[in-house]
Amino acid sequence: MRVTVNGADHTLTCDGGRRLSRVLREDLGLTGTKIGCDAGDCGACTVLMDGRQVCACLVPAAHADGTAITTVEGLAEEDGRLSALQRAFHRHGAAQCGICTPGMLIAAHDLLTRELHPSVRQVQDALGGVLCRCTGYQKIVEAVLDVTSNAPDPALPDSGAAVGARVARLDGTDKLNGRDLYGDDQRPADALWLRIVRSPHAFAHFELGDSEAWTRATPGVAAVLTAADIPGANSFGIYPTLKDQPVLAEGFVRYRGEAVAIVAFETRIAGETTDLASFPVAWTAHDAVVGIDAGLHADAPRLHDDSPGNVLIRGRVACGDVDTALASAAHVISGDFRTGFVEHAYIEPESGWARRAGDRVELRVSTQTPYMDRDEVAHVLGLDQERVRVIPSAVGGGFGGKLDQSVQLPLAVAAWVLNRPVAMLYTRPESMAATTKRHPSRISAKLGIDAEGVLQALSFHGDFDTGAYASWGPTVAGRVPVHAPGPYRLPHVTATSAAVYTNGPPSGAFRGFGVPQAAIATEMLMDQAADRVGLDRLEFRLRNALRAGDRTATGQVIEASVGLAACLEQLKPHWQRYLDEAATANRTSGPLRTGVGIGCMWYGCGNTALANPSIMRLGLRADGRLTLYNGAVDIGQGTYTIMAQIAADALGAPLDRVTQVFGDTDRTADAGKTSASRQTFVSGKASELAGTDLRTQVLRHTNAGEDAELVFEDGGVFVIEAGRRRAIDLSALPANEEGDVMTGEGTFDPPTQPLDADGQGVPYATYAFAAQIALVRVDTELGTVTVEKMVAAHDVGRAVNPTLVEGQIHGGIAQGLGLALMEEYLPGRTENLHDYLIPTFGDMPQIECLLIEDPEPLGPYGAKGIGEPALVPTAPAILGAIRHATGVVCRQVPVLPHRLRAWIKAGDAEAAE
Amino acid sequence: MAAYFQPRNLQDALSAMNDGRWTVLAGGTDHFPARVTHVPDESLLDVTAVPELRGISHSETGIRIGAATTWTDLVEAALPAACAGLTAAAREVGGIQIQNRGTIGGNVCNASPAADGIPALLSLDAQIELASLSGHRTLPLSDFVIGNRTTTARPDELLVALHLPATALTGQGAFVKLGARRYLVISIVMVAGTLDLADDGTIETARIAIGACSAVALRMTALEAALIGARPAEALERLDTSHFAGLSPIEDPRGDPAYRNDAALTLTRRCLARLAEAA
Ligand SMILES: Cc1cc2nc3c(=O)[nH]c(=O)nc-3n(C[C@H](O)[C@H](O)[C@H](O)COP(=O)(O)OP(=O)(O)OC[C@H]3O[C@@H](n4cnc5c(N)ncnc54)[C@H](O)[C@@H]3O)c2cc1C
Ligand code: FES
Ligand code: FES
Repeated sequence: MRVTVNGADHTLTCDGGRRLSRVLREDLGLTGTKIGCDAGDCGACTVLMDGRQVCACLVPAAHADGTAITTVEGLAEEDGRLSALQRAFHRHGAAQCGICTPGMLIAAHDLLTRELHPSVRQVQDALGGVLCRCTGYQKIVEAVLDVTSNAPDPALPDSGAAVGARVARLDGTDKLNGRDLYGDDQRPADALWLRIVRSPHAFAHFELGDSEAWTRATPGVAAVLTAADIPGANSFGIYPTLKDQPVLAEGFVRYRGEAVAIVAFETRIAGETTDLASFPVAWTAHDAVVGIDAGLHADAPRLHDDSPGNVLIRGRVACGDVDTALASAAHVISGDFRTGFVEHAYIEPESGWARRAGDRVELRVSTQTPYMDRDEVAHVLGLDQERVRVIPSAVGGGFGGKLDQSVQLPLAVAAWVLNRPVAMLYTRPESMAATTKRHPSRISAKLGIDAEGVLQALSFHGDFDTGAYASWGPTVAGRVPVHAPGPYRLPHVTATSAAVYTNGPPSGAFRGFGVPQAAIATEMLMDQAADRVGLDRLEFRLRNALRAGDRTATGQVIEASVGLAACLEQLKPHWQRYLDEAATANRTSGPLRTGVGIGCMWYGCGNTALANPSIMRLGLRADGRLTLYNGAVDIGQGTYTIMAQIAADALGAPLDRVTQVFGDTDRTADAGKTSASRQTFVSGKASELAGTDLRTQVLRHTNAGEDAELVFEDGGVFVIEAGRRRAIDLSALPANEEGDVMTGEGTFDPPTQPLDADGQGVPYATYAFAAQIALVRVDTELGTVTVEKMVAAHDVGRAVNPTLVEGQIHGGIAQGLGLALMEEYLPGRTENLHDYLIPTFGDMPQIECLLIEDPEPLGPYGAKGIGEPALVPTAPAILGAIRHATGVVCRQVPVLPHRLRAWIKAGDAEAAE
Repeated sequence: MAAYFQPRNLQDALSAMNDGRWTVLAGGTDHFPARVTHVPDESLLDVTAVPELRGISHSETGIRIGAATTWTDLVEAALPAACAGLTAAAREVGGIQIQNRGTIGGNVCNASPAADGIPALLSLDAQIELASLSGHRTLPLSDFVIGNRTTTARPDELLVALHLPATALTGQGAFVKLGARRYLVISIVMVAGTLDLADDGTIETARIAIGACSAVALRMTALEAALIGARPAEALERLDTSHFAGLSPIEDPRGDPAYRNDAALTLTRRCLARLAEAA
């Protein structure tokens, strides 16, 4: 076949029915066209074919014969500079992880060639076939609308002024021209292609059949590996004492999707054309334990020997005397709430490759946690940690899902045992079935209020379905009771939790670690409480808001950076405007009802009462070049940019002097996981300390005083003191293995104190606070909900990069909206991106962000976290708005149309009685 | 290695169909999503280059739509007001990428209960033209799609075209779709309708079809009969739940039967209101 790609003619021979996306990526090396689903659902593979956008995963190669294809690599100007469209994306922060960006750019390009000045609606219609899990779409729309302005690239801030500036992502260019290399974009040509045989049953015994015969009969199979081939321990898990999940199951599986064997194929094509259902396994399926009720049932089978009653772990926070306080409260509001499994649905499925290099093994994988990967691989291979190297690829979204092991362990085992490079990419259904989910919850809570509307007591219990294996279950069980009271003063609290084993997929880390589920319950009660005491819902929250100097339910006194009241104060005029708008809209009768809702949250940054240090290094070469050794993985949220901004300012160097070595376990120090909204706060502080440490060393070297100015230029480093400028001679200093003559190092571990049996202690060093309001329209006849607009007020301590903070808020709201209205993972039923729905362009409200900066004294330049806080208040705000519009208290999410319609009808029936 | 054949004329296509070893491929938007976990070794017959399967033509007897006509072709075509529902359905299929590739013939042959094209075509009395080496035959769409993913096409037959008879093209059409999100969404329920008015302004013919509430989208014949003689503005008053007795929706993650029945009624009301407004 002959095809013109980005203006160049190619003649190719390949199977005519092969996906065009494969031909572009594998045969032509154009890996800018991404694979997210192979099913037309995500649009990451969008290319132009004869001037029209198509999904390259749905085009048979032969069909492209004689056509002209444009991929993301073909969008830049002829001289290689970014096009006006790409530059607009860059300025607006429209690419976060960047995995959807090629598809977005192509779809936008298609639109702009037809309509140079599109409306918002036209942009949404034209780009509506591409999913983004990071941005919430708003900045993408803004970028497309702003292409014709051709505004200049944002100037880099002056030396010392990087923190607080809207710096465009420093790793942005490669995300816009398709050059950034994700997990599936960099495999060596001779790598074996791995696939995994998985259980189709949630609970079963099995026996492997004659895999040798199968290997002989199946073309292209190089090897089959089973549990017996694992060199070290056949177990993994987040907690050192809780490694309860096998890499490959041994005779017994506990969830649908569990791995039982690894098949290595000689080529990727052989792997992708083999039906693994033919692999010989004899299954004996049992009745699965589905859901919390079943897991806790007296007759339930015990899923793990060490966990009687299937309770993995319990959490508890207690202070005051809840029973007495509830008994004497003027009002008591109570309720039960349920949430389901939620899938991370990052657009990049798990992927990467590995090779054995002598007595070491090296992995390049899409991960949020290279250091934990290193340790898990070492455990499974039976090697010292030093013999494992992990280099994160560009990460196409994580949200907690890439904090667990997925491809890492099969890659490492196969590379080690077979001594060949090996690569793999999960299919979308595999990614959904096999990897972790947000914990489903079953929560009962009771809130006591006095006659003046002052909160008195909370009694809270949440059961969390941790699925087949522990994963991050203990983290959820520990975090929830601490956060259950919400960001309010509550003198009497009993908050307990349990993580329950079932035959569901393992529940792990997902943006918020159980706090979003808890917030749904308590914020719904807050709304009802406000109504009961006759107070406006915002006013009621303000009256009870935590303030600096208050004591939390764990006995911690939060001295500073408690910005909830400021958030609420700033929201007030918007809230009133929304209420007025709703009142006006509701004057007309009809099926459409408008409602307004509010949600508040607090969120402890970092691990719960556990050490979680970060170490950062900043190196200086003799010629004045600076290198940040940054181990804080960027999963789209921007640590690559943020850490450099902070380190540069701390040192007093211009940002563009700082190059980076990123996330390589051999070359960077451990900056912990990208989780728990800890990177800006913890690793950011370490970056600041690394910068100041280096500055101190340089000044000491030249005997300059504290106030001297440092200048980093191409010619070297200069110091300006008392108006005099001197060159600093570094040439005599010995260089280390990286070539640096000086290295500033910063270590920060946020100060916490262990929690006692009643959860008393200091679980976190700082908390983020936020409040969001939403205006929704409910079609009461159909039960559908449209979130029209939202205002999000977030106390982030200090917005190190406001564009990135807004991006986190938009993206968090998108996921919160999904949690509230559409996302529900049902094993075996919603295992793809057309049955599992995440928000599209047309489902997002117009969002306004209010950034409140109540500085955290411990944080870098006052900053704390935003990643998870952005999501927590969204569902409560939307559910509150639905209740305002319809009177229905939503006790289960997602509020799917059929559920809401049934509740509305039940409510109408009640009213009629 | 699997073969790939893209015939340039109908004769070659039909000869290939006669072999029985080919899998028919049009836009591929249903084909590839069914081959995610593995791509089987199969020989593909790409029918999109056969001239008889392309394009939309008008004649006295009606409109002929080639089976391989894409949704985008339909959106961009100049069609009478009766086809407003079909065009609206085309705009609601997937995203633009899917509309640029997916074909109306593929939608019909795939025979999903949630196929958006089928109710719209039913409301236009669409006829199906099939061809094989033994000749052409034409049958009503309702005799072609007879079950969930089941059609009455013989293995050697190709869907060549859809015919919309002139008698169904005089009125006004509309289409209403309900999904759980804005773009790229499988319908929970959809309703398509056309209305023809008599000279006195009363309804002469109504054709209402509902999808995703039964294994095959259905015409609401009792409702259609009840509407005859009504003024469009009064149409809603004639609606009765008994008209929907033929629906037998299933439970799936998108909705339960009670909800689908309920939503079908609401959507039908809205479809009629839209038709009345336009008529
Ligand atoms: C992301 C996404 C979103 C979608 N959204 C929608 C939606 O909203 N509404 C909707 O209705 N559908 C939707 N679809 C399904 C699909 O796009 C449509 O059904 C489309 O019209 C199928 O046409 P095709 O040409 O792509 O079919 P193909 O995939 O090429 O073929 C489909 C089937 O029909 C057979 N076939 C095709 N043409 C002929 C012929 N001429 N003669 C005989 N047999 C033939 C094929 O053998 C195959 O079995 C969606 C699909 C995707 C991937
Ligand atoms: S990979 Fe093609 S649409 Fe997802
Ligand atoms: S930036 Fe869109 S998916 Fe990550």
